[in-house]
Amino acid sequence: MSGANDPYDPKQVAALSPEALDDAVTAAQKAFADAGDLEALAAVRPAHLGDRAPVLLARRELGALPPAARSDAGKRVNAARVAVTDAYAARLAELEAERDARALAEERVDVTLPWDRTPRGARHPLTTLTDRIADIFVGMGYEVADGPELEAEWLNFDALNIGRDHPARTMMDTFFVAPEDSGLVLRTHTSPVQARTMLSRTPPIYVVAPGRVYRTDELDATHTPVFHQVEGLAVDRGLTMAHLRGTLDHLARSLFGADAITRWRPSYFPFTEPSAEFDVWFPEHRDGPRWVEWGGCGMVNPRVLVACGIDPEEYSGFAFGMGIERALQFRSGVGDMRDIVEGDVRFTTSFGVEQ
Amino acid sequence: MRVPIGWLAEYVDVPAGTSVEDLDTAFVRLGLEVEEIHRPEEVTGPLVVGKVLEIEELTQFKKPIRYCQVDVGEESPRGIVCGARNFVVGDTVVVALPGAVLPGGFAIAARTTYDHVSDGMICSVRELGVGEDHAGILVLGADGSDVPPPGTPAGPVVGLEDVVIELAVTPDRGYCLSMRGIAREMGTGLAAPWRDPGALTPPAWSGEPAWPVTVADPERCDRFSMLAMEGLDPTAPSPWWMRRRLAQAGVRSISLAVDVTNYVMLELGQPMHAFDRDAVTGPIAVRLAREGEKLTTLDGSVRSLSTDDLLITDDTGPIGLAAVMGGASTEIGDATTSVLLEAAHWEPTGVARTARRHRLPSEAAKRFERGVDPEMTVVALARAAELLAEYGGAQVVGGVVDIDTRAPRPSIPLDAARPAQVSGVAYTGAQVVELLEAVGCDVDATSSPLAVTPPSWRPDLTDPADLVEEVVRLAGYDDIPSVLPTAPPGRGLTDVQRRRRSIGRTLAEAGYVEAPSYPFVGTPALDALNLAEDDDRRQVVLVRNPLSEEEPALRTTLLPGLLASLARNLSRGQRDVALFEHGAVFPGGVRTSAPLPGVDGRPDDETLAALLGAVPAQPWHVAVALAGNREPRGWWGQGRPAVWADAVQAARLVAAASGVELTVRAGDRAPWHPGRCAELLVGDTVVGYAGELHPRVCAALELPARTSVMELDVDALPAAEVPVGPPISAFPPVLLDLAFQVDESVPSALVQEAITAGGGDLLERVRLFDVYAGPPLDAGTRSLAFALTLRAPDRTLTGEEAAAVRAAVVTAVADRGLGVLRG
Repeated sequence: MSGANDPYDPKQVAALSPEALDDAVTAAQKAFADAGDLEALAAVRPAHLGDRAPVLLARRELGALPPAARSDAGKRVNAARVAVTDAYAARLAELEAERDARALAEERVDVTLPWDRTPRGARHPLTTLTDRIADIFVGMGYEVADGPELEAEWLNFDALNIGRDHPARTMMDTFFVAPEDSGLVLRTHTSPVQARTMLSRTPPIYVVAPGRVYRTDELDATHTPVFHQVEGLAVDRGLTMAHLRGTLDHLARSLFGADAITRWRPSYFPFTEPSAEFDVWFPEHRDGPRWVEWGGCGMVNPRVLVACGIDPEEYSGFAFGMGIERALQFRSGVGDMRDIVEGDVRFTTSFGVEQ
Repeated sequence: MRVPIGWLAEYVDVPAGTSVEDLDTAFVRLGLEVEEIHRPEEVTGPLVVGKVLEIEELTQFKKPIRYCQVDVGEESPRGIVCGARNFVVGDTVVVALPGAVLPGGFAIAARTTYDHVSDGMICSVRELGVGEDHAGILVLGADGSDVPPPGTPAGPVVGLEDVVIELAVTPDRGYCLSMRGIAREMGTGLAAPWRDPGALTPPAWSGEPAWPVTVADPERCDRFSMLAMEGLDPTAPSPWWMRRRLAQAGVRSISLAVDVTNYVMLELGQPMHAFDRDAVTGPIAVRLAREGEKLTTLDGSVRSLSTDDLLITDDTGPIGLAAVMGGASTEIGDATTSVLLEAAHWEPTGVARTARRHRLPSEAAKRFERGVDPEMTVVALARAAELLAEYGGAQVVGGVVDIDTRAPRPSIPLDAARPAQVSGVAYTGAQVVELLEAVGCDVDATSSPLAVTPPSWRPDLTDPADLVEEVVRLAGYDDIPSVLPTAPPGRGLTDVQRRRRSIGRTLAEAGYVEAPSYPFVGTPALDALNLAEDDDRRQVVLVRNPLSEEEPALRTTLLPGLLASLARNLSRGQRDVALFEHGAVFPGGVRTSAPLPGVDGRPDDETLAALLGAVPAQPWHVAVALAGNREPRGWWGQGRPAVWADAVQAARLVAAASGVELTVRAGDRAPWHPGRCAELLVGDTVVGYAGELHPRVCAALELPARTSVMELDVDALPAAEVPVGPPISAFPPVLLDLAFQVDESVPSALVQEAITAGGGDLLERVRLFDVYAGPPLDAGTRSLAFALTLRAPDRTLTGEEAAAVRAAVVTAVADRGLGVLRG
């Protein structure tokens, strides 16, 4: 080894020649490139980056150079060292990536395999649709009211201006409850909740009452003796039929899309006067856009307000009701009522866990 | 109500170019729902009126055949072979000429039959597709009757082009159960001139009243009118046009006298009855039935009468159930030549009661219940007399009976601004008056409020609100604007409503499918559940008119319906089914009757309390049922069968969704397996049961063995408390596994309870992770292994502290006599 002040002997420092350094770099790069895996790479590393590797030996020779030559040679040696180190690092990264890729490839699975170990359940679409309708009204500030299915006859009929011998009473196809003087029926509509609400609250009243109702119809493709309605009631100062229409239009848009509106046909319900049946324009109907009959509505008959202790001179009200089965039938294209009532899991699960 | 358009056009000048669809729209706008449009079957080609000139009887064939010469308006008559015999020379008939095609694609051609060329066909009602009557050919009229000449196109004569629109008339609009009422509505609806068929002035009949009559109950009958006729030809047929219209309206043709009363009812809305005058004995009295009286009605039924039934009687007793159905003893027969025509006005609710009591929803009763125009009684008699004179040769004898005790109709005060206030449409005062007058109201526009007297045919108009509806309806509902009102802020769903939703979602997410079932049950379903005779679930509420006699009761438990849904799914090929249902059940037991207060005001508090109190509580239950695998077999391995524990876990999920803590202990209740029944408690209250069904129940219901169910009373769960967030310690835990050897009769829940008590505040969590029985354990014992997590809120636990907790836990289990730590 040459000391700092030793005379300059070009032979002694041949390792510092540009040619020698280039050879060393080239040899290292080739050796690394030839290494086929991480073990081979590790095996050739000492020869090119170990203590006895040419570029490291060359560095030690720098001291033998005269100061004038030292700077120049130092740069060359460094460049060569960096070139070898980089080549090693690059190859190492490459081989590690290959190894990792191989390992991951070996762990490949068939991601299309089913994993239905935990079976899926579902709420009934009548339930989810009812909740959806109730939520629309809750969003408008309404509260949800409940009433019993086995109901006082007076609340189901008399309080709603359906007198004992009124034809509408016989037309309701009522299930009566024993004994004959029980004064109870299976409610034929959700309207008794109107009466209950007016008897228990003071205006302003804005409620919606979903629930199960009963008529003595045999089950077939279009009828079921047990079905569901949603009843709405608003009693406040200055309510008009325009407010009723606005409410129903809002419901229609919320449920059936921005283009949905309602159309009214004059009709008759003893507990509303004026009364209407309403159709909804349903653009998404599976057989093309069309009007679909949906429910009944009207201004609360002043006689009903009186029977419930509300002054019809001060307050007016509107009420509306519609069938959930019917809405489900046209909204979801259900052709046969029996599918809705039979509890077949294939029907219900097709609607998903949540709607 | 079936409305033949041809008949309607007799009264309403339907504007030219009005289509059936336009009429449909107009009816709907008026509030008359169109149920169906009946279009006649199509007949093409030449169909003409013909007159029978000669009949040659051909007798050489197996059945009698006629060869007829028929004038069809051509130069010479046509020869036509015909098998029917109900016509004579001179009759006018309908002839389909060669080239005509009758309904069903029946093409007519000249052909040789029975050795004669038949150059066309004489048609029956059925062949024309205008009725079911196939007794013979259609005779339009006899020689000399008022019929169109031969050669006239027969289509319009027969009524072939006449579309019938069937309307659903709401119960307030009784007047629309007549052509008269429909004509009025359509005149207004189409803004077309129209004529009132009821605007007929009865002739001034003179002489003694037709029959002695008294009305004992003017409350139930405020007008009773009668007219007598003699000289009726009992063989005279009803004219074809009348038979055709009756058929279109869905009324069977019987005899001229009966057809006329039915026709007048359809035309004017006034139901009528014709008595055989010779069968009436002594004066007629209108009175309530007496105890024990009976009447054989026209339909042949013997009816035991109620003292609330109003009758028409003579000296022999009842001869008619007033307003509902006539009696058999005075029925018009084949030989009746003199008749008593009756037209009356009956009180609607009494008619409704009688019709319901005797299950006789007759056409007459239907109209009287809904309100009939009391002005029409004598008009109807006059109209019927006119028709019987023209077609039956009958003559009116004597004068009319008309007992009229009607009170004048009060006027209704109506603020002219009211319709605008109710509808949100700015009608002018003049518009309000005009529309009410179109309805037929008499409006005193000079008074304020307006004094409005409704027309006699609108008994439904009693309140200002009824008048408002008429104004808004006739102006058109389409005018009403759409304005969303602003409700005051609401409080959202109640806790009970949120809980029900939460339970449904939780069970659905846990793999249960909601299957709501009908709440009707019968004794066999309760028997199948193995319920003891005194089980409270046998205390049912009975439906008086059940759809099925097999299921006359309301459910007291959700299980029958849910298990039926389970069985249905299994029978349809499902193997692994997990269902849930939640809904009301209806416990029976002794109840008070619900009162029926008046409706003139809010019931007093006591009555209201009695009313609401008489409605039994209807607790909200939730139930699950499982069969087959809870987890299916798959490429991961075997499936896991659903077991009792799944049902218990479902109850725990329900409790968690409800925000309450559930405890479980061994129970024994039908329909569960006595060794696999968990009693579910919240605090000390039993709220339900879960576990495996009793094998006998599975057998009775043909369900797979080991079917498991849970039922719980959601209403029995206490309200959830607001959850308190626990302090979350970031210090490291100490994990301990402890196994206890216990007697096999010791429930794991008790051991866990002891561990929790012994562990104190430092015990963060305890969980059973293994149960083992077998060597080296003693027979009759098992090992329960628990994983404990110990942690302090404020420090890292020392070994000494952990050891102390461990010792306390072991002591607690031992002290309670539950078991010992395994060495």
